Amino acid sequence: MDAARPPILEVRGLRKSFGHSEVLRGIDLAVAPQEMVFIIGPSGSGKSTLLRCCNRLEEPTSGAVHLGGVDLMAPSTDINAMRRKIGMVFQSFNLYPHMTALGNVTLALRKVAARSRTDAETLGMAALDRVGLAAKAKSYPGELSGGQQQRVAIARALALEPTVMLFDEPTSALDPELVGSVLAVMRELKAAGMTMLVVSHEMRFARDAADRVIFMDHGVIVEEGAPDQIFAKPREARTRAFIAGLTRS
Amino acid sequence: MEAIIQQFFNLDIMARALPLVLAGLRQTLLLCFIVIPLGLVGGLVFALASLSSSRTVRWSMIAAIDFFRAVPPLVLLIFVYSGLPFAGIRLSPLTAVAVAFFLNTSSYYGEIYRAGIESVGRGQWDAARSTGLSAVSTLSHVVLPQAVRNVLPDLVSNTVEVVKLTSIASVVALPELLYSADMARSVTFNASPIVLAAAIYLVMLWPVVRLISRLERRMAS
Ligand SMILES: Nc1ncnc2c1ncn2[C@@H]1O[C@H](COP(=O)(O)OP(=O)(O)OP(=O)(O)O)[C@@H](O)[C@H]1O
Ligand SMILES: [Mg+2]
Repeated sequence: MDAARPPILEVRGLRKSFGHSEVLRGIDLAVAPQEMVFIIGPSGSGKSTLLRCCNRLEEPTSGAVHLGGVDLMAPSTDINAMRRKIGMVFQSFNLYPHMTALGNVTLALRKVAARSRTDAETLGMAALDRVGLAAKAKSYPGELSGGQQQRVAIARALALEPTVMLFDEPTSALDPELVGSVLAVMRELKAAGMTMLVVSHEMRFARDAADRVIFMDHGVIVEEGAPDQIFAKPREARTRAFIAGLTRS
Repeated sequence: MEAIIQQFFNLDIMARALPLVLAGLRQTLLLCFIVIPLGLVGGLVFALASLSSSRTVRWSMIAAIDFFRAVPPLVLLIFVYSGLPFAGIRLSPLTAVAVAFFLNTSSYYGEIYRAGIESVGRGQWDAARSTGLSAVSTLSHVVLPQAVRNVLPDLVSNTVEVVKLTSIASVVALPELLYSADMARSVTFNASPIVLAAAIYLVMLWPVVRLISRLERRMAS
């Protein structure tokens, strides 16, 4: 990583407990502009919780999150305004079923960014176009394939022109033949310079697209490094065991 | 047979009772136009309060909803109309009916809305909030439209119940449909006006009941 560039997203000493169980136990993480960071780790290791703490969908128990130098935990911070800058894509798409693709993409533009309807629709169409779905603008989520739905969800985040995008297992609910279309969109985002934090076990994709891979277990970062290093020569025994399991399946 | 027709389906009597019965119908419709919107709005407020993040608000709201659903509406109405004056609160019959119905029907509508809101998955909240939508915008643009659609048959069914329930306004001498028909019965010594009132209820509510069946069928598919 380039030490000269200040991180765009920075997480320090992040802890999160649900009741008595501590799910994140002190996470430190800095993502540089335009960097694509992958997070891998066993189920229940806290990957989703970490992402959700980055935009405070989940309230951290302690620790700090900064985006572009702004302290997201500060009481004076308008969290809704900051969330526009943090795009989030979910495993289960979470499109609004009662709205068309364009409606999904323009809702926040109109209600949060306070754009006029025409403005929002122009921006929304541009976002749909970026994910190759301008032709489906008038379709409802129920009429789209899983891969198309996920791309609309990406467009929904993209339309707000975020500075960082968080992906939580964006392809794991998809049929194998639809995964490629979503990965292709992510690859294009990367090429366009988007900063991305991605929870995903698409190892092949990680190897050729990620700048860095982080292995988490039990709420801590066990090891991080370049994808080739993590996947081919993991230092930690836990990482090795996990990667071996991934490769087998 | 002749006697039955004479006593229950006497067109002559019905014609004579018609003006009175129609006046009652107007009163019933007026009640519905007050009581149903009040219940729909009140129910939404009850539901939101019962889903509040504050434990105190949540539990007191759930307790209130349970209470007003458990108390028979007739008892509630009599209490509001005849009980409250002992505390110095004297309400007109119409106000008393509005208050009692507000408490009763809001509780029922509230439970329905609550089920509807809970039927909308957490993922919808996550998605909307992650784009910066406030809780209020998320509710009004994302969650409520889906919630209402999911419980529409129940909302409509409850509305039918509310329409039928307006007949209890007769105990505070509010001359609604049933009360007027019963007046006509006591003057004419004939049950035909009651049958007429029943027919009017049927004509009003039967299409709605059909609609409920269709909504339910659509939901199931
Ligand atoms: N809202 C919640 N309330 C209580 N416990 C929770 C909540 N969300 C997550 N957890 C718990 O926190 C732990 C970490 O969950 P998390 O979803 O972050 O793991 P994950 O690494 O994303 O797992 P997976 O690979 O299965 O998605 C799990 O034990 C989970 O049961
Ligand atoms: Mg997860």
